[in-house]
Amino acid sequence: MRLKQIKANLERRALTLDGIRAFFKKEGFLEVETPLLAPQAAPEQFIAPFTVNGWFLSTSPEMHMKRLLAAGYGSVFQITHCFRKGERGQLHNPEFTMLEWYRVDADYLGIIEDTEKLVLAVAGDLGLGSTICYQGREIDLSRPWPRTTVSKAFRKSADWDPVLRHDPERFDLDLVDKVMPGFSANRPTVLMDYPAANASMARLKPGDRKVAERAEVFLGGLELANAYSELTDAAELEKRFREVIEETGDSEGHRPMPRRFLKAMAELPACGGIALGVDRLVMLLCDAASIDEVVAFPRERA
Amino acid sequence: MSIEISEVSRNTKLLIDGVPFAVEDVNFVKPGKGRAIYRIKMRNLFDGVAKEITYHSGDRVEEVSIVAHDMQYLYEEGDHLVFMDTESYEQHSVNKDLLGNKAQFLKESMVVSTIMMGSRVIGVDLPKFVELRVVESAVSTRTDTVTAQMKAVRLETGATVNVPTFVKEGDTLKIDTRTGTYVERVTKK
Repeated sequence: MRLKQIKANLERRALTLDGIRAFFKKEGFLEVETPLLAPQAAPEQFIAPFTVNGWFLSTSPEMHMKRLLAAGYGSVFQITHCFRKGERGQLHNPEFTMLEWYRVDADYLGIIEDTEKLVLAVAGDLGLGSTICYQGREIDLSRPWPRTTVSKAFRKSADWDPVLRHDPERFDLDLVDKVMPGFSANRPTVLMDYPAANASMARLKPGDRKVAERAEVFLGGLELANAYSELTDAAELEKRFREVIEETGDSEGHRPMPRRFLKAMAELPACGGIALGVDRLVMLLCDAASIDEVVAFPRERA
Repeated sequence: MSIEISEVSRNTKLLIDGVPFAVEDVNFVKPGKGRAIYRIKMRNLFDGVAKEITYHSGDRVEEVSIVAHDMQYLYEEGDHLVFMDTESYEQHSVNKDLLGNKAQFLKESMVVSTIMMGSRVIGVDLPKFVELRVVESAVSTRTDTVTAQMKAVRLETGATVNVPTFVKEGDTLKIDTRTGTYVERVTKK
């Protein structure tokens, strides 16, 4: 019964995947596949992996795709499943579909331009044009999408500047409760230049080391994608991983240092990369309020 | 039992500062690289007041089991009433105050519905109607006045109720335990 109700959404989902592949092939990207099961997962403080006989289900294809980049594969893309323990809600399923791409010689803003073009191209493929209707609001997708910095957006909506003051707990709460609701309902928002403390695997901005070249795309109240100018400094990467590993300690989320990845990073070319939630893109294109309306078998029905 | 906040779902019962709450809704929000935020809507099972509490990933809460059990009333012991679980045959002593005015209609071997929090009884519901025998048909009370139509009688449990004047000693009466009033005389076959 439920599967019959969401059939039109799943058909549109298939067309979305076709559109994504067509876009990247036209742009000259190579489609790649990387392991879902691997002996290490990227050390990230708030992303918990599932473990299987001491190995990990992939939380992100990032480390393997960068190993391909380091080996000279050029710009690559992948549509794959990721697994994140405990993530379940209206916008989350513990197993979900990620689109990830890396463009050689691009920075985070070049990647944001790719994102604008991709979303417009896929909306066009579906016959939606440059305006989509999501949950009762029209969203104008025409380029360029409005950009704002973390510093500006937080000063405007939350009365403080996370770049000047480090308060990670308040950062997450205010982002959700104050900053995101302050974004335009009728346009996408690109939130860029995150505090260095929230850099993750992004490089710091040359000339302003207080911020990282990281950008997130918000559309219709959904966090759609997260882009970096990729950090290519293996020593700095190892230092950041070590901090996370020490903080997560021997808890369940504990991860070993990903040595093979770090070793390969000496050869990583300058590039930009992004991870985009495919389920959420499909939600936007199907005007679906919940991830359950665009996934055939969410956790409780798997 | 202590559980991780990610294990909480609708209908989980939580114990917060000794007060039981029923979870009515869990709203999971998580910035991709940030910590998970759980907004839990819950209702206080003692006073019925709803509230929302925000938790973060890794927080732990106390889960409590709250279930209904049928129990049989056995006997009175000082300020307490002793009941027996009709399934497990475990005995539970309950403070009389928990039943309020309804205690006066409790008869030996009567089966009642109880609410248990862990191993503790936190609520006792009598059947809506009980049948009790009149042991004394003319009772004078300070508060109740005998009118032309009504008089006070004493029931086998010791309770006093106002009844029509035709009621006699030895009659069985149907009593509404919610209001504590006479409903009708029952003809025993």
